[in-house]
Amino acid sequence: MDALIDPTLLTRIAFYFFSALSIVAALFVVVHRNPIVSAVALVMTFLGVAGLYLTLGATFLTAVQILVYAGAIMVLFLFVIMLLNLEKDPFEEPHVPRLLGAGLAIALLFGLVAVLGGTVAVGTSIRSGSAEEIGKIFFGEYIFPFEMASLLLLVAMIGVIVVARRSDGKEAL
Amino acid sequence: MIPVADYYVVASVLFAIGAAGFLTRKNLLVMFMSVELMLNAANLVLLAASSTHDLGRGSAMALVSVAVAAAEVGVGLAIIIALFRLRASVDAEEMTNLHG
Repeated sequence: MDALIDPTLLTRIAFYFFSALSIVAALFVVVHRNPIVSAVALVMTFLGVAGLYLTLGATFLTAVQILVYAGAIMVLFLFVIMLLNLEKDPFEEPHVPRLLGAGLAIALLFGLVAVLGGTVAVGTSIRSGSAEEIGKIFFGEYIFPFEMASLLLLVAMIGVIVVARRSDGKEAL
Repeated sequence: MIPVADYYVVASVLFAIGAAGFLTRKNLLVMFMSVELMLNAANLVLLAASSTHDLGRGSAMALVSVAVAAAEVGVGLAIIIALFRLRASVDAEEMTNLHG
């Protein structure tokens, strides 16, 4: 049976759309001087990357990306920005270290594309990226990394409370 | 099927943008966001590479990396809050305590 629209074409369109979304939003994150705009642009980048995961077939990771990054991590960022009540960065003239940093990043881009851009990989995955498969992997073969991740999150939570609270007992920042 | 190299190129661009942001911005929060961009690019490469071998295990590894990123964001932002209390600023160039 012929499909009305070619599914591989749809995947391709989705790939280009989400790539463009994530790259343009990433540029906004880096270039914009208002940190709140940077944070909102970062959400768009995360959503774009989530879309790219979807075109790869990694459905569970797409959900995790949206829940953890676009949900939890962004709320944390926005909360801290508003807690600190930051103003816009004052306008800065480009000076030598910044130009050097930008040049280094461009060199890194060319290096990465030169190394990775020519990769030819054929074949398909022997397993899908569904929640069922990942659950089987985590609660079987990779139970130790799974438990270590939980322990890491617990330790990080306690550490954050210790570092961020005021030592003199007052509640305001 | 989109070639894996295309994903690598997108991830390279994202990583380079993150690196540029980390190296050129002075606002600690924006520098931290740039680090998140680079982490995402690395995760994208991981998933793209595993899509031609074993997407299940690649996803499992990427999931652990997401958990590490979440822990890292919490600790990083707590340090930024503590620094802000100390200096009333999030300008990286003012943090010169260890400058000697």
